[in-house]
Amino acid sequence: MSADIPDTDAGDGPRSDTGETAMHRAEEPTVNPLVSVRDLEKYYPVTEGVIRRSKSYVKAVDGVSFDIFPGETFAVVGESGCGKTTLGKTVARLYETTGGSIVFDGQDVTDLDGKALRQLRRNVQVVYQDPSSSLNPRRRIENIIKEPLDVHDVGSKAERRERVAELLRLVDLPEEFRHRYPNALSGGQKQRVAIARAIAVEPKFVVLDEPTSALDVSVQAKIISLLDDLQDELDLTYLLISHDLSLVKNVADRIGVMYLGNFMEVANSEQLFQNPLNPYTEQLLSAIPVIESYEQELKPTAVEVQGETPDPQNPPSGCSFNPRCHRRFDACDAVEPVLVEVEPGHLTRCLHDPGEKREEVIQTLPEGVSVEDRAGGRTE
Amino acid sequence: MTRPLLDVSGLSVSFDTYEGRHDVLNGVDLTVDEGETVALVGETGCGKSVTARSIMGTLPRPPGDITAGEIHYDGTNLLSDKGAHERVKGDEMSMIFQDPMTYLSPVYPVGSMMADVATYSGGKNASWWDVLKNLLGRRENNAEIRERSIELLDRMRIPDPEGALDRYPVELSGGMRQRVIIAMALINNPEFLIADEPTTALDVTVQNQILDLLRERVEERNLSMLYITHNLGVAREIADRICIMYAGEIVEVGRTKEIFDDPLHPYTRGLLDSIPKLTGFDGTGIDGQIPDYTDPPSGCRFHPRCPAAMEGTCDVDPVDEYQVGGNRAVACHLYDDGMGFDEAEAIASDEATYQDDDEQRPAEVGAGGDT
Repeated sequence: MSADIPDTDAGDGPRSDTGETAMHRAEEPTVNPLVSVRDLEKYYPVTEGVIRRSKSYVKAVDGVSFDIFPGETFAVVGESGCGKTTLGKTVARLYETTGGSIVFDGQDVTDLDGKALRQLRRNVQVVYQDPSSSLNPRRRIENIIKEPLDVHDVGSKAERRERVAELLRLVDLPEEFRHRYPNALSGGQKQRVAIARAIAVEPKFVVLDEPTSALDVSVQAKIISLLDDLQDELDLTYLLISHDLSLVKNVADRIGVMYLGNFMEVANSEQLFQNPLNPYTEQLLSAIPVIESYEQELKPTAVEVQGETPDPQNPPSGCSFNPRCHRRFDACDAVEPVLVEVEPGHLTRCLHDPGEKREEVIQTLPEGVSVEDRAGGRTE
Repeated sequence: MTRPLLDVSGLSVSFDTYEGRHDVLNGVDLTVDEGETVALVGETGCGKSVTARSIMGTLPRPPGDITAGEIHYDGTNLLSDKGAHERVKGDEMSMIFQDPMTYLSPVYPVGSMMADVATYSGGKNASWWDVLKNLLGRRENNAEIRERSIELLDRMRIPDPEGALDRYPVELSGGMRQRVIIAMALINNPEFLIADEPTTALDVTVQNQILDLLRERVEERNLSMLYITHNLGVAREIADRICIMYAGEIVEVGRTKEIFDDPLHPYTRGLLDSIPKLTGFDGTGIDGQIPDYTDPPSGCRFHPRCPAAMEGTCDVDPVDEYQVGGNRAVACHLYDDGMGFDEAEAIASDEATYQDDDEQRPAEVGAGGDT
């Protein structure tokens, strides 16, 4: 499904050699992605002095490309500060892009503004992490849920009231809650209100920014199953942003593992957990605290995790992960790896799978050393 | 079994607020043996931190009020003797906090804070002259403290420990700050550590490193530790024994493996069910929410959310802790004191299960108290 993800990124590298891509495309010729992001960039200026001269940039999102297909849940996982929230907000057009393009439902929405952007908002909604701060404490639940309907001028007054009742039912809240204020609700209930508000205008695409991480586990499970039910019922497509790999494993169809502004690995959830290709994914997986012994067996053999996310203002040269990597070799701080499709729908960014950078990598290697190249078809 | 190092029995704590009296802790029993790590696991607002603060003697009083119970540390009754509490707290206990940024001062370098902890902890008498001298950096044993700090930071695998002493907390990353906090807790060679969610604010990869370090240090010095967390996965990695807490009561105690393999209390079972696992996830969560402490449910505090609640029993009779199959303790009316383990297991899997029942939809409303 994701066969054509890095079109602009990895060029015609190894994929055209394998022929798998073409085959894969032929299977599902008609499905067009709902959201298609190409080389998305979002830089924050670092300012200095009284006149706020920009000195340098923090590349929060740096050339990310992916597709999300209708009805699918695409998850972005990564540690704090890797740019996953920025990515979500940029895709939802809450932030201006620095570069790249976002195509939504066949329409280029990268530079929309005014009326057209407002129109887009009917189809793209966001649920935020902490419902206590995303709901206005001075408005009643009814008004909170109704606000998007007012903004987009949906239906008559009576119809809107009716719709609020329907939405409360959809998120399993009793109707009398419409008169309450957010502070009279528990965390889980507040998050349900936030979800009701997001689906009020019948969007096609919802960005879920850590929707459960502010909640207790027993409530988390409820919210997850609610989101799951809503997805089936209303035909929603989700971009789920999370740091919790066990959650993502169970909810997402495809997963992008993000590190310092870019994807290190993109795969469907099965592939990612059974056969992680990127060393960063291996480290993440081996660090999950699990609760069952048979879960332990699913984790890759314990890898010693080293260091912390570097300062995004001065990212390391070459591969951004190289200072922490347990499979690091000489070329890693010199050559920047690209996303390479190793098996259908499974991409990794690592010089162990160099793709088109093969020549460059070989030049930096001392004699007698070779690299694996799963995509190049070399048998091990 | 020898006498436990820390023995909390029947601890009840209330808070007076303008909303009324909150009966938060309700007879908490807890023991930590020497060299043992015990995890106290529970959800937000269940009273984990209140328990820790009562043990540390840092409970704000008022509004807090210890209404009943005893805390014995190595035979000393801490609650009846304030002086002894101060002494024990300073000499033998240390606490690691959750969010290093709130516990480290932003205006002092790391080294200066470590030196202060080393000098003043335990409420040692210091004259204003000493304080002034210390402030001006003329501490008598400055060199010795500095050396000890460097060694500790080095042990915590902080790169360039000497340089780190002269840096301010903002200049360190989250994981490094947490390492500094742990080093600070260890500087006076405590015997007993209370760790209050030390890894919650950290990423998984960093969390893993911190847990490894903590475990190493604890083993190396044969420390006893009370580890407070809401994450069962973390508890499983670090603890020898686990106490599950719900609404101010300890509902189940057992060795780590037993708790995870055969949870008995319905709450523990629901909690374990709710966690998404790598192997799959079909949990439904637990209906309702933690009760209002101004008016806690009668009988078992968990009964309004419990799938196995028995009318006439669970909502009336307060629960005792029942010993089940040797060294398990569970506070639930489903079980009887001295019951064999197999029998208990059978009851647990028959009765205490959670099903996604669409009929009972407005789930979170059921348990009242949210006004």
